Amino acid sequence: MIQVNRRNSFSRIITLCAAFLLTLSTSLFSQIDASTGDAEAGKSLFNTNCAACHKLYKNMTGPSLFGVVQKYEEDYEWLGKWIRNSTALIATGDARANAIFEEYNQTAMNTFEGLSDADISNILAYTNEEPPVIIDEGPGDDSTVEPGVSNNIILAILGLVLLLLVAVLFLVNNTLKKFAQAQGIEIAEEETGKSIWKAFVENQFLVLVSVIFLLLGSAYFAYGWMSQVGVDQGYAPVQPIHYSHRIHAGDNQIECKYCHSSARVSKTSGIPSLNICMNCHKSISEVAGREAGDNSSVNEDYSKEFYDKEIQKLYKAVGWDEATQSYTGETQAVEWVRIHNLPDFAYFNHSQHVSVAGIECQKCHGPVEEMEIMEQFAPLTMGWCINCHRETNVNLEGNEYYEKIHEQLSKKYGVEKLTAAQMGGLECGKCHY
Amino acid sequence: MSSNKKYWKSVDELNGSPLVETLRQNEFVEEIPTDEFLGDKETLESTQTTRRDFLKYVGFSTAAASLAACEGPVKKSIPYVVQPEQIVPGVADYYASTIADGFDFASVLVKTREGRPIKIENNKLAKAGYGANARVHASVLSMYDQNRAQGPSKGEEAVSWSDIDNEVMSKLNSGKQAVLLTQTFASPSTEKLIAAFIEKYPNASHIAYDAVGEDFALGAFEAKYGVRALPDYDFSKATVIVSVGADFLGDWNGGGYDAGYAKGRIPKNGKMSRHIQFEANMSLSGANADVRIPATPSQQKAILDALAGGSTSGLPENIKAAVTTAKNELRAAGASGIVVTGIQNVSSQTKALELNANSDVIDVTAPRLTRSGDSSKVTQLVNDMKAGRVGLLIMAGVNPAYTLPNAADFEEGLNNVVSVACSMRADETASKATYIAPTPHYLEAWGDVQIKQGEVSLIQPTIRPLFDTRQFQQSLLTWMESDQSYYDYLKTMMAEAGVTSFNKAVQDGVVMTDAFAKAVSTTESSITADAGLAIEDLQGDGGFELTLYTKTSMGDGNQANNPWLQEMPDPITRATWDNYLTMSEADAKDLGLWLDRSTFFTEARNDANGGLNGRLANVTVNGVTLENVPVMVQPGQAKRSVGLALGYGRTTSIQEDMQTGVNAYPLMQNFQTTQKVTIEKASNDIHEFAVIQLHNTLMGRGDIVKETTLEIFNTKDKHYWNAVPEVTKAHIEYEVTSPEVDLWDSFDRSIGHHFNLAIDLNACTGCGACVIACHAENNVPVVGKSEVRRSRDMHWLRIDRYYSSQETFEGDNTKKDNISGIGSSMSEFGEMEDPAANPQVAFQPVMCQHCNHAPCETVCPVAATSHGRQGQNHMAYNRCVGTRYCANNCPYKVRRFNWFLYNGNDEFDYYMNNDLGRMVINPDVTVRSRGVMEKCSMCIQMTQKTILDAKREGRPVKDGEFATACSNACTSGALAFGDVNDHSSDVYKQSQDDRMYHLLESVGTKPNVFYQTKVRNTKEA
Repeated sequence: MIQVNRRNSFSRIITLCAAFLLTLSTSLFSQIDASTGDAEAGKSLFNTNCAACHKLYKNMTGPSLFGVVQKYEEDYEWLGKWIRNSTALIATGDARANAIFEEYNQTAMNTFEGLSDADISNILAYTNEEPPVIIDEGPGDDSTVEPGVSNNIILAILGLVLLLLVAVLFLVNNTLKKFAQAQGIEIAEEETGKSIWKAFVENQFLVLVSVIFLLLGSAYFAYGWMSQVGVDQGYAPVQPIHYSHRIHAGDNQIECKYCHSSARVSKTSGIPSLNICMNCHKSISEVAGREAGDNSSVNEDYSKEFYDKEIQKLYKAVGWDEATQSYTGETQAVEWVRIHNLPDFAYFNHSQHVSVAGIECQKCHGPVEEMEIMEQFAPLTMGWCINCHRETNVNLEGNEYYEKIHEQLSKKYGVEKLTAAQMGGLECGKCHY
Repeated sequence: MSSNKKYWKSVDELNGSPLVETLRQNEFVEEIPTDEFLGDKETLESTQTTRRDFLKYVGFSTAAASLAACEGPVKKSIPYVVQPEQIVPGVADYYASTIADGFDFASVLVKTREGRPIKIENNKLAKAGYGANARVHASVLSMYDQNRAQGPSKGEEAVSWSDIDNEVMSKLNSGKQAVLLTQTFASPSTEKLIAAFIEKYPNASHIAYDAVGEDFALGAFEAKYGVRALPDYDFSKATVIVSVGADFLGDWNGGGYDAGYAKGRIPKNGKMSRHIQFEANMSLSGANADVRIPATPSQQKAILDALAGGSTSGLPENIKAAVTTAKNELRAAGASGIVVTGIQNVSSQTKALELNANSDVIDVTAPRLTRSGDSSKVTQLVNDMKAGRVGLLIMAGVNPAYTLPNAADFEEGLNNVVSVACSMRADETASKATYIAPTPHYLEAWGDVQIKQGEVSLIQPTIRPLFDTRQFQQSLLTWMESDQSYYDYLKTMMAEAGVTSFNKAVQDGVVMTDAFAKAVSTTESSITADAGLAIEDLQGDGGFELTLYTKTSMGDGNQANNPWLQEMPDPITRATWDNYLTMSEADAKDLGLWLDRSTFFTEARNDANGGLNGRLANVTVNGVTLENVPVMVQPGQAKRSVGLALGYGRTTSIQEDMQTGVNAYPLMQNFQTTQKVTIEKASNDIHEFAVIQLHNTLMGRGDIVKETTLEIFNTKDKHYWNAVPEVTKAHIEYEVTSPEVDLWDSFDRSIGHHFNLAIDLNACTGCGACVIACHAENNVPVVGKSEVRRSRDMHWLRIDRYYSSQETFEGDNTKKDNISGIGSSMSEFGEMEDPAANPQVAFQPVMCQHCNHAPCETVCPVAATSHGRQGQNHMAYNRCVGTRYCANNCPYKVRRFNWFLYNGNDEFDYYMNNDLGRMVINPDVTVRSRGVMEKCSMCIQMTQKTILDAKREGRPVKDGEFATACSNACTSGALAFGDVNDHSSDVYKQSQDDRMYHLLESVGTKPNVFYQTKVRNTKEA
């Protein structure tokens, strides 16, 4: 084992040296050349360094980079200078550099002094890649044909078979009867005793008991049904813009309170204003498509085209002109459909629960990060609130407010940890005023 | 044997009038219009709908409606497109600003939610102008007034701003006289701007006009000190206050003196200030005085002369004695004595200034600038306009067609000039002016105000202008052909004045600077012509002397369209939605204006529900007659004097429900508020008042208002003057607070917060700021005059006013205790019900007492009202089914029932019935629906917020952080709120005070609201 290790470290040193020599040599002798670059390596470099402002086939903060080598007539020396430090190049008074600078609203490009010639070659090689021809079978949501026969068809066939069976039996019965008649066989009539119904009616005790059961049963169900009135658990309305929490909170792991920031300090969690969307969506104008491979946000229900259209709706509402990369000033408020409708007479404060108690959003809102369409997870009934207040311990750690009251109350109740209810969280006036 | 008495319903019936017979035949007086739908035979026959079809339709639609009701409505949530950085939805922001509407001046904090102002608070950084009164608190609602002018117009027709500008500028350049008629702005920048304007257009001149002016006080001060301003007073330094006709706790000299006054009224080390009041009307000041002597205006002049060294001859004996006492006490007090007067002439005002020359209480070096109007110039202007000498009249913040005594002359003159009304509404004046140039409300505007010399308060907008409005100052700049915005102008001027940080000044709302101060110097006063009241005119012809006054609720009337103020009860008469002629009982009887208590006939003083009625009188001053003025009999009104409130009777651009009362300005001849009048009975009709308090006296119930004199307070044990009631158990006397005699298991309140509210009866002046603050904070609905008359007012907090039928409250108690036997109780209780001719007055704010042993809680069948550990009595509206048992069982009568849906209901067309008015609603408090009980919650939304803020920041609650809307609004220190478990808190100290008592302690409810016994600085008794 030790030897193996040693051999390993030895070989590593050699590799490192070789790499060092190689970089030294490239920086000294080698030239930038897209044809020598490795497009695969270039792709990852592009994604880490360039993708915030550039796209291959589309203008963004900076110009689209597809075919940039041809655009500048394979002037690799100029390209290298521009990429490494465009500001310096502009300062030299280079006409071409200044033209670009003016065209893109005098937005200075970041410097990338750290990129080696090989890196730049790789990136440029990547920029030469033709757009992939998407072999798409049309929009994903309706085109995919189920493998095999669908359940519905099986059920339909089964139903038909059973129906046929009934018909056949009926016919057989009829035919047999006819045979019997033809042959003169008397079919013995069933003995006409007391029918079970009559017996039941005559047994008054049984009638009474069943009536009581019936009434109790229906009362139970009626009560159950009535207490569902106004409880909209699972309410998942169609929103004016299809916003997928799955993509944002799930795939991209954006923290809830990044967008719902007022949940920290206010009673409302706040529906994010559109300028918050634009923090990211200025540079994300389309959803990661299928060609992006494993981090695709698209699934079989919603196609890339569908999502991209939704992003366009956002741009329209906020007044963002993609072509000029600027705001037009024409805005249009988005009328979201409210999902969690607490009645006006119930006061709920997000910051109390989020900031003070430190409760996860998911506790009440469910697995939001898995929801393609946001829905009401909790019943939002008073019983549900109260239960939680009874079971949940107050988060006291490091909060000086609770020091004195906790000490006194825990002594009174003889407990280590106080529940929200013991703190007074069940009093009517705490939520109703 | 049955009686053969004849019963009859009316005199007509008794006399066998034919009308009665006809009425007897007709069940309904008006015929039911059955013909309208049954008479049309043709349609009836051709219709396809049978009766059974009709029933089917009804059945189906009922079923469909009830099914549809199971579906929840779809609610929309619309976030900002771009959210402003400072705004977090759900969190209130506060901005400092200042109100200066020409009548009220105060530094305030404006609470805004999501960019809408919803409440006015006091700005504690301000010294002058600290202490918003009820009108200032209500001013936020005046902004959301749908009757405001919404864009520039010429008559009815909308025009553009440039149309107005062009016409104004062409007139200005024509060379004909142009006049700026404005309110008192007290604004350094506006003053500078007007000066620059006059410099540019030399044909222009400026006239300041106050609707209810202080011409005589201003004139006297100007003559003596060289500046047209009013002296400032610090009543907290006074030991003896003698007021001769000055309601300094009301709107005298611009008001705002109650905070200082109240400080001196709380007994400290056995001492408190002594207050002697000579006055005609019963005013707030008189009600708070230790000694109040009714005196007509002409007597007042003689009293002041006597105080200044003149003789007392000709005055009645009781006044003579009082003047002598006052004189001696003033002499003894020396520099801490003060004489204030509201007498309407310059010489009396000068005498008062001279009397106060050595007083520490008065401040003449930094005077107040809140009044500056010059009525002689206004009179001249009206003459000039009629003579056609004026080419252009620009008005700002004034409404002369309503407030001038000679409004008809003014209107006549208005026809001869091109006039521009820079006004918030198309009021009496603006609607007759050539152009209306709408101005923004102060909450939408920029500005500066120098309330007191040396302290500049700033006005900043707290909302984007709701309508197409332009500030008067901005208009001036435009007409001066300047491109500068008024904001820049203000900023530049502040920088020039040496204000280093404009932003800091705006944030604080006030900045101390002497840059705009005018030098005050004592000059040799030489008043040759005595302007003002010629007293001999008032005496001797058997007529009455009228004192015009402004009500705490309505002021000069510029906020007449504000339902909060209309429904705010007058502190003295407790009347809402009205003004009236106040008159003494003796005079009313003389003139046949007296209504008896309970006569069988309809014209009784009270109707079956207790609603108060009054007669109507015609009031004539100098040939001008006001007809059908309701008469309110006012205990304490000086005989042969009457009072009438200004600010009512407005009709233009005022919603119909708010067109209340009569306009008294025509009686203010020569701009004097005291007049000689003749009064006669108008007719036999009666006027219906909406008064919220039906019992005027305590009838000796000493455990409601406890009162004692300073002498007893200083010398006797507290058990003598503040005894806890006792009950007997097994022949042993126990105090009712003792656990021995308690039926209840007590809640444990020793842990956590325990809120208490302390109310000091000595400090409460009855100003009513808390009432309006409570309205704004808790979305208390306005119910209208007829509902108030039915005792269905919704005020969560009321300020009860009690008269005593004896000379003192003490006297009442003694009289009650001496009653023995049914005969004497019948007669003597009846006597005690009527207040005395010159009663003592006590104010008592009453809200839910949040009893620890609450009687309301035990009777609620659905447990909608219950107890919290923090001492608040909770009310869960959604649980309430409206049995009203709780209100029935409440000994304090503080619960209010929603008889109707008051929001979104055309029958109650006040602010909650339109989208604009609803913007003022506090989003943290439920708007109650029909059929539920409501009451004071001790502002639980505010205490909960304070606790949450502390929790979020991980710290204990700081001292003084807990507050309620009323305790925040109270500047006199009468209401203190806090946690009694925190022994360093003010409220804990007050709870241990000797003066502390609970309301109706004998009931054993153990309230969390407690009172401090009123101590009156009287030597007799």
